[in-house]
Amino acid sequence: MEDQNKTATKVVCYHCGEDLPKVKYQTAGKDFCCAGCMAVFKILSENNLCNYYVYNNNPGRQFKNEHHLAYLDEPKIIDQLLDYKHESSGIITFYIPAIHCSSCIWLLEHLYKINPAIFSSRIDFLKKQVTISFNHDEISLRQLVETLNQIGYEPLISLQDVIKEHSISVDKALVLKIAVAGFLMGNVMLFSFPEYFGLSGFEKQFQSLFGWLNLAFSIPAAFYCGRDYFTSAITSLKHRHINLDTPLALIIAVLFLRTAFEVVFGTGPGFADTLTGLVFLLLMGKWLKQRTYHHISFDRDYRSYFPIAVTTLQNGKEKPVAINEIKIGDRLWIRNGELVPADAILMKGEAWMDMSFVTGESEPVHKVLGEIIYAGGRQTSEAIELEVIKPVSQSYLTGLWNNDNYKNNTDKQNFNDTVAKYFSLGVFLIAFAATAYWLLQNDSHKAWSAFTAVIIVACPCVLALSTPFTLSAILSVFDKKGFYVKNTDAVEELAKCDTLIFDKTGTLTSNENAEIGFNGSLTSEEKIIVASLLRNSIHPLSRHILKALNVDRFYSLSDYKEVVGKGLTASINNHSIYAGHLSMLPIAVKSASESGVHIVIDHVYKGSFDIKQQWRSGLAQLILKLSEFKLQVLSGDTDKDRYMLDTIFTKNTTIRFRQSPLQKLDAVLQLQQQGNKVMMLGDGLNDAGALKQSNFGIALTDNINNFTPGCDAILKGNALNFLPDFIQLSKDGLKIIKTSFAIAIAYNCIGIYFAVQGTLYPLVAAVLMPISTVTIISFTTLATRWFARKNKLI
Amino acid sequence: MNILYFLVGCSVLMALIFLAAFFWAYKTGQNDDVHTPGIRMLFDDEVIAEKSEEDHFSS
Repeated sequence: MEDQNKTATKVVCYHCGEDLPKVKYQTAGKDFCCAGCMAVFKILSENNLCNYYVYNNNPGRQFKNEHHLAYLDEPKIIDQLLDYKHESSGIITFYIPAIHCSSCIWLLEHLYKINPAIFSSRIDFLKKQVTISFNHDEISLRQLVETLNQIGYEPLISLQDVIKEHSISVDKALVLKIAVAGFLMGNVMLFSFPEYFGLSGFEKQFQSLFGWLNLAFSIPAAFYCGRDYFTSAITSLKHRHINLDTPLALIIAVLFLRTAFEVVFGTGPGFADTLTGLVFLLLMGKWLKQRTYHHISFDRDYRSYFPIAVTTLQNGKEKPVAINEIKIGDRLWIRNGELVPADAILMKGEAWMDMSFVTGESEPVHKVLGEIIYAGGRQTSEAIELEVIKPVSQSYLTGLWNNDNYKNNTDKQNFNDTVAKYFSLGVFLIAFAATAYWLLQNDSHKAWSAFTAVIIVACPCVLALSTPFTLSAILSVFDKKGFYVKNTDAVEELAKCDTLIFDKTGTLTSNENAEIGFNGSLTSEEKIIVASLLRNSIHPLSRHILKALNVDRFYSLSDYKEVVGKGLTASINNHSIYAGHLSMLPIAVKSASESGVHIVIDHVYKGSFDIKQQWRSGLAQLILKLSEFKLQVLSGDTDKDRYMLDTIFTKNTTIRFRQSPLQKLDAVLQLQQQGNKVMMLGDGLNDAGALKQSNFGIALTDNINNFTPGCDAILKGNALNFLPDFIQLSKDGLKIIKTSFAIAIAYNCIGIYFAVQGTLYPLVAAVLMPISTVTIISFTTLATRWFARKNKLI
Repeated sequence: MNILYFLVGCSVLMALIFLAAFFWAYKTGQNDDVHTPGIRMLFDDEVIAEKSEEDHFSS
């Protein structure tokens, strides 16, 4: 809130809300921070779309412009991307990370004003998706994407869009089952009421009618709504272990069979109300558990980092090819800023690879002809030609990702499944004991009813309900604080962690705020020269330094040359000037630091701008609070920050530098083999292997829209300080579940007292079961809120 | 009391109709996105007219 007030009073870019540089871009009386923002504003105002700015202040995002969209002209790729195609109309769904406010919805749903060939567009805000139907005779897919890019909404088209895996259909079936179960429960309850209140002789004819109706309603309850429990029970028995679904399936079966018997032979009303009620509540619990957070996609793998197509050279001509069609021996043409999708050999050109995806080191690495460039490297210089030596699916990066060690193979046993085993055993013991007792008394009728009654009353449905209710209440508390956990099972894993591993860059330090310092001296004239040069670069460092220089006039320049990511040269007022990386300096300089932006004017070395990463605020207190855990720092970076880390962490913390992704992964594995439960906090793809391997992987991000690697949770950078509270709340959550389990057992004891005597009448079951359920649900909800308040999370 | 047979039939039929209506609503995707329509509703037509005029004058 405070931040918002501040930006409102400061003079900021009308479009994106960034601070304005000294020299602003102005049009129509509005100030902009860069030409990009101004261009977007112009497009919007030309198309009468300025309402965009009515719904929010500065709703835009800063404009970036680097696209190669040629692949969108390939018919093969278009067909894979389109949802629907018929004659001239087509429908496509894009994932657009930049969607963040109501203005975005307004603008994107008025796309037809920009181009009449777009019929309509619909936004799904939470999923950040836009579905566009358009006339593809009049506007090509490429033009459509270009239009979106122009207004600052770049769609993210990744390989994962092509290989569409929809899990939504599962959810849909479940909701329909819940609807049916609710319908059945309501009706059965209605028909059971006369039975509860007792029927006079005159109304006996209705008894059988209601009985048969109840039986009819039980059939879909057991076999349609409850089918999943049977299939799950059968598969788990095949694997020779018992999960929570096994006793539940048994109970559904027993309830149904007993109802059928009693109705068919006219001996009683049966347990149809219990059956339908149970199935309904169980499905509700399951739905709650499945309802994970749709606005963040978690299950991403390496495919989402790769573009869907890459330019290849065939007979000297450029041709975009879908990535999964790349073969060994293909010649790739990688332009500046593009990712190398497969391990390849450099054939032509100057390669400066940013390997930060792979190693975490953001200093570009120089590669010479004939050297292998691993997949995941990003070219930061001129276009290069590569020859593929391994297909995408076998490259180094995917190999790391698909490492066999991943925990998915090992069976994770949660609290429920562990308890279910003993629970089922206990229920069976009591049931058989009661049956044996009544058989010895020569009362086979009572023996039969005692057996079924024990199984009915000792229902673990409370277990099936208390866990999802508690954990999803905790998830929603986390969610509000900027900690997005994948699913309810993950909360249990979080509670068990005893070792924490931090990545350094991006995790302990923040990428957003960097402090810029200059070692050396520049006269005010030189400052203007440097600023005039940097002004032409869109590189984030240039923009940072330009802001720090804070000059108010610029010279025009000539002979401008930029090796993106490496440096800039130009001549200004007969001075030649260079700014950039040490390795490209025109003169040899023995400088202390290798990093930073070095400045040379007229072949005289002037010094360098240093960019100091800022540590996240409150880090020392956080580490102090986490002192009960075993802590480690694994950094892919050099040890230049060792001194700082030593002051923050205690002496017995292991701090290792220059760790490759594989070494990070190995470190996690080693700790796990020693019996530790490891939580890993990282930010980039270079931690992806370790994040996935750890028991609980947290991807730390300052911008939720960025891609995050496969992990169990996403944590907003500014919520890092809450980490100890999050862990504590998850532990409290397990306590709540165990307590609710104790309450359930108390209820079950009462039920079993009646059951073993063979006197569990449907009315007792009908009263006891809902009461126990209501108690448990209200207990878990209240207790969770209480603990959340205690941990200062609400 | 035979009227009860008829009434029970009616009540079940009514419930079935509602269930079918829910099925239809769900299958046609009316519950797919429960967030965006709420925001969409707030975009007034009035603001558009007023605003576009202002742009007309300023450009």
